[in-house]
Amino acid sequence: MAKIVTLKKGLDIKIRGAAADAAPITVKPATCAIVPDDYSGIVPKVDVKEGDSVEVGSKLFHDKQFTDIVVTSPIAGTVTGVIRGERRKLERIVITPAEDAGNSITFETEGINDRTRAQQLLLDSGLWALLRQRPYNIVPAPGAAPRDIFITGFDSAPLAPDFESMLSPRINELNKAVKLLQKLTDGKIYLGIRQGSCLASVEGVEHVVFEGPHPAGNAGVQICNVKPVNKGDIVWTLDATTLLRIGKLLSTGRLDTDTLVAVTGCEVTTPRYVITKIGADLASILKGNVNDDAIHHRIISGNVLTGTHESPEGYLRYPYYQVTVIAEGDDFHEFMGWASLSPRKMSFSHSFPGHFLNKLFCPDARLQGGRRAMIMSGIYEKVMPMDIMPEYLIKAIISRNIDRMEQLGIYEVAPEDFALCEYVDPSKLELQKIVQEGLDYLRKELS
Amino acid sequence: MKSLRNFLNRIKPNFEPGGKLHAFHSVFDGFETFLFTPNTTSTSGVNIHDSIDSKRVMIIVVLALMPCLLFGMYNVGYQHWLAIGETDFPFWQLMAYGFLAMLPRIIVSYAVGLGIEFMVAQWRKEEIQEGFLVSGMLIPLICPIETPLWMIAVATAFSVIFVKEVFGGTGYNIFNVALVTRAVLFFGYPSKMSGDNVFVPVNPICGLGNGTPVDGFSGATPLGQIATNVGDTLKITNVVGQDISSWDMFLGLIPGSVGETSTLCILIGAAILLLTGIASWRIILSVFVGGFVMAAIANAFATPTYPVSLLSPVDQLMLGGFAFAAVFMATDPVTAARTDTGKYIYGFFLGAIAILIRTYNNGYPEGAMLAVLLMNSLAPAIDYFVVQSNIRRRMRRLNANAE
Repeated sequence: MAKIVTLKKGLDIKIRGAAADAAPITVKPATCAIVPDDYSGIVPKVDVKEGDSVEVGSKLFHDKQFTDIVVTSPIAGTVTGVIRGERRKLERIVITPAEDAGNSITFETEGINDRTRAQQLLLDSGLWALLRQRPYNIVPAPGAAPRDIFITGFDSAPLAPDFESMLSPRINELNKAVKLLQKLTDGKIYLGIRQGSCLASVEGVEHVVFEGPHPAGNAGVQICNVKPVNKGDIVWTLDATTLLRIGKLLSTGRLDTDTLVAVTGCEVTTPRYVITKIGADLASILKGNVNDDAIHHRIISGNVLTGTHESPEGYLRYPYYQVTVIAEGDDFHEFMGWASLSPRKMSFSHSFPGHFLNKLFCPDARLQGGRRAMIMSGIYEKVMPMDIMPEYLIKAIISRNIDRMEQLGIYEVAPEDFALCEYVDPSKLELQKIVQEGLDYLRKELS
Repeated sequence: MKSLRNFLNRIKPNFEPGGKLHAFHSVFDGFETFLFTPNTTSTSGVNIHDSIDSKRVMIIVVLALMPCLLFGMYNVGYQHWLAIGETDFPFWQLMAYGFLAMLPRIIVSYAVGLGIEFMVAQWRKEEIQEGFLVSGMLIPLICPIETPLWMIAVATAFSVIFVKEVFGGTGYNIFNVALVTRAVLFFGYPSKMSGDNVFVPVNPICGLGNGTPVDGFSGATPLGQIATNVGDTLKITNVVGQDISSWDMFLGLIPGSVGETSTLCILIGAAILLLTGIASWRIILSVFVGGFVMAAIANAFATPTYPVSLLSPVDQLMLGGFAFAAVFMATDPVTAARTDTGKYIYGFFLGAIAILIRTYNNGYPEGAMLAVLLMNSLAPAIDYFVVQSNIRRRMRRLNANAE
């Protein structure tokens, strides 16, 4: 019998525009791009130049320190852009697919029977770069074995995609992937699932059923409620889609870069699922499916809480399997919004009638107020189901006090764990940014 | 609304850098964001934000103070009518009298406090912060009605500058701004802050309430009377010598600072704050529990030496500024304890100390103000121990792991 963890704190934000359950349609991307910033912890060294032709699984760039960590191409085609920004920082590598975009490098998957080989297979195929380690939420360094591995089997974010129908016919491949992961750690492999998930039949893992609202699906929350990270511990995290990619690699020897994406949000005409490639361009994914109204739109790669704000020419970013389009709101002047009793105002606070209505909302991207010092207390705690004192940790980070950050559990958190706190905050503080800066600072000072 | 928006858009360039009126940039910004929700959108982190902001938080507190303010106005008129020996109490005349008595106080408090806030915001090139919206309403409500206006101005200015702005503005202050204002008045001008002649206005205003106080008039508050009580039984009377019942105390038809007399209106305010989730129920509950426990202990060992101890615990909670402090002062999130556990401890001691001071210090008939200020100074220490327990738990886990 799986362990059941019931989380009371948290918040399911009710937004209109959930993807319909119908069968996904396939979208062939016009271009794909890999953004090195999505692979936190990696300092990219480019391995390709414009005009090179690549196959699925070809090396695009590697890490400066751990040269074995590579990020590989999701499609076969031609490198049409190595885009650099300020101070020649690599911003993205753009690949235009060839006629046969499926041409793939074949990886040797036989005889993977020890830790070194298992690590090497993941590194070579580029799947390693999809793993994350706590602390810091970065791509793990090769070599060391983690204390445990945590797999998040569901996404609880607003309008998040449901992977059950994709995963349920693939249990064999998932089992294979788990066997490989077992070689990588001496500890346990935990799989966090919802009640009734098809993942309950995956073997070789310790199932933990999480009940309760978002952020129940966050790796940090699951770890904290199962076996928290202590100073000095390293655990790895990955999601079920990555687990499936490992399984398919083991079965076929080829890198599977198909990705199920939920196209969601109020400004999407037909919210639906699409199957496309890792790093696909958003224009292809959204073609003809964004409301044709006069208002400004915000296109988000990911969910409304943690996703990145992209231009219409942007790309699907890792680790997201979701594209959300909402109103931007900068072209909208609301008269005395602070006094509003409109039921359309979405809020966690009881002071808005909308809080008590069982309806779906269409929020826009406005801050809805001015940035202030931390005034109200006890609000972050209501949406943080972790044994963390968010306000004090944030203050420790702002004051760059390393001892205090460690004492208050900075190793247990990632910016995404503070996303709901940031959403409900009446002072509109940039908590995720603060946490990310704190983690970067800590990593720099302690290395 | 469209024309107002267009007007703002037209004059806005004057306030931007290089504009003629750039020196009033913060003021313009304050009014603009007051009229129209700012349409800046998020640039990092979450893409959507909750509709609540600090303007709404502050306005809800001001709204919760309205029952106390309105009743306070009525009661100012009522006490005056009582004092001049009238026997019928025309509602609108009483209200008008109270309104005219209160209006200058509210204007002075807001003008001085917001004026300083505007200047400091401009000087620091920050947005105007809303904290004083609440403080500015609290100040006239916790002062005796006869406090001279210039004293309110001086005390408010002192408090806003030295208790709030020097620490960095709203969100950084250690002590409750409104209560420090009252403390400055109390220690600076004691004769105007206590005694028989400050809580009940005796002069007519604008021709309203003509008459002279009747013989035997005494404007002492119930707690003031109790402090000088002799003997085993308490005798509390109104301004013309009639007995006061517990029901009068609950309704608030007694002399006292404007906002604090009516326990009923304070409870209405508390209901607004708790239903909207703006105030912490942990603090309000534990202040009343702490006060009740201390009052019960005092009452169990009642002695004529300390006449307040003769009061029943329930009367204790209804008299003076206790209930008002519990609902509106103790719950100030900036100066109260910020951890959930800390709030229980903070509130309990606040309530207990308020009753302790009031009971066992005959020279000082009201304890709530000092209790809140004392607990303000201790709140960080309480939080420290709560945070330490979280840290210790984490360290134990680490050590258990190491073994």
